[in-house]
Formats: sequence, C-alpha cells, structure tokens
Amino acid sequence: MISLAHVLTLSGILFAIAVAGLFLNRKNIILLLMCIELMLLAVNFNFIAFSRFLGDINGQIFVFFILTVAAAEAAIGLAILVVLFRERRSIDVEDLDTLQG
Amino acid sequence: MFPTILFFVIAAVLVAAALGMILAKNPVHSALLLVLCFFTSAVIWLLLDAEFLGIVLVLVYVGAVMVLFLFVVMMLDVNIEEFRRGIARYWPLAVAVAGFVVFAMINLIVVKHLGGITLRAAPPLAPDYSNTRVLGTALFTRYAYPAQIAALVLLVASVAAIVLTLRQRSGGKPQDIAKQVAVRARDRIRIVKMSSENRP
Repeated sequence: MISLAHVLTLSGILFAIAVAGLFLNRKNIILLLMCIELMLLAVNFNFIAFSRFLGDINGQIFVFFILTVAAAEAAIGLAILVVLFRERRSIDVEDLDTLQG
Repeated sequence: MFPTILFFVIAAVLVAAALGMILAKNPVHSALLLVLCFFTSAVIWLLLDAEFLGIVLVLVYVGAVMVLFLFVVMMLDVNIEEFRRGIARYWPLAVAVAGFVVFAMINLIVVKHLGGITLRAAPPLAPDYSNTRVLGTALFTRYAYPAQIAALVLLVASVAAIVLTLRQRSGGKPQDIAKQVAVRARDRIRIVKMSSENRP
C-alpha cells in the first residue's frame, strides 16, 4: 500500500538532492536551471499526493499551472543563456560580475 | 502488493538518477539523467492515479523542455573541465542543507503525522472515474480564466525567447513594408518639361 508518507518522503529526498545540486554545481548555469526543474518536480509530487489522498482535484490543476510556468521559465532562461554565451563566450556564474555584486 | 513493489523500485531509480544528475561531470549526461527522472516520476504519478498529468509530464517535459535543454547544451560548447574545480569546497554545506531538508520533512511526516492522514490508504475511486474528464471539467469551468492566463504566459514566453535570440545579420536586404506602402508616385517619377523639336 502506497501511503502519503511514502510519497512525501520521496519528494523531500528529491528536493534535498536538488538543493545539494544547486550548491555543488554553482558555476554552471545550465545545471542550475536543471536543478530548479528537479525542485519543481518535487513540489509537484507533493501536490499530486495530497490531491490523491484528500480526494481533491484542485491540487492537480495547480500542478498543471506549475508545469506551464516551468516550461515558460525554462524557455526564457535558456534564451537568456544563449544571449549571454554569445556576448561573453562563457556561462560561468563567477564571470557575471559586471554589476559588482 | 504489486504497485507497492513497483513504487519502491521506481523511487530507487528516481533517486539514483537525481543523484547522478547533480554529480555527473558532463552536462549532456546530466540532461539525460534528468529525462530518466521525469520518466520515473511519470510512472509514480500514474500509480497515484494522476494519469493525465503523467502523460503531460512525458510529452511536455521530456518531449519539449528537455530537448530544448539538450539543444542548448550542445549549442553552447562549453569547457566541461573548467566547472569541476572548486566543487570539493562546497560539498559539506550541500550535504548539511540537504540533510536539514530531509530531516524537516521526515520530522513532519513521522513525528507530526499531519493529522493522521499520512499512513492511511488512499480513498477508493469510483469505477467509472476518469482523471482526464475530472481535470478537464475543473480546468474549463472553475479555472477558465487562469487557464487563459496560462496560455498568455506561454505566448509571452515564446515571443520573448524569439526576441531574445533573434540576431540581425549585417548586409541583409530586408523589405521595409511601411516604406513600401507609404511610397508616392511623384517620388518615383519625375516629369520633365522640354520643348518639342522643330519639325523640318
């Protein structure tokens, strides 16, 4: 029997892996974007699990909108990345210091 | 019993693929392992009776978003080795933060029990339950306006992606439609008055 605890634990582990990935790959912007996708996936797991176990379809509607926004975010992020690479010939985060942040 | 075994097997593959994704040296391998993550997630969503979203995950994520990622990874042609230096410095912090997240989640589930629903079986579904129909009914009635806003978000995103990456090549000879429409006959034709020749 799959219970809510199983799915929530799995999604927690997935989210933690994605956070660790953000720290480990903090130089490569492509991998940062991929880790964000993984985080959104973990969040969607929670929505779907609660939707199923509480018998409420609204959680799945929310997953639908999260997928939409994540697709838009990936498209724009990758477009910005391509422009950035064209300008700088590099996608290293540490090279992005024009604003002296 | 079978769904439970399937859940554990698929969950193990999912976690292994996610770990491989963040540890892979090559971004192409990372992208492919993320594809594996999405596939296994779709299976688990199917086990949770979210059939429509499972299919959408495979179609939209694996079919569109990850292919886009792979395109960009191949297109950028970055030096892989450059990124690996300095990775060793941050793994204690990464493990600490990830461990805290897992600990908080386990604490919430095991200790607090979320009001007792965490260990109960899922409520049974009606025999003629159709996930797609229920989802579609909710999406096109109660959530009709949000659905249209989502469509608008996608439109803006696609326009933005094109505008950002569009590059004007120098030396092209494009048409300027406005100029062509605004042209007047007297700008193009010059009527010259001249005296007629004397006839013999």
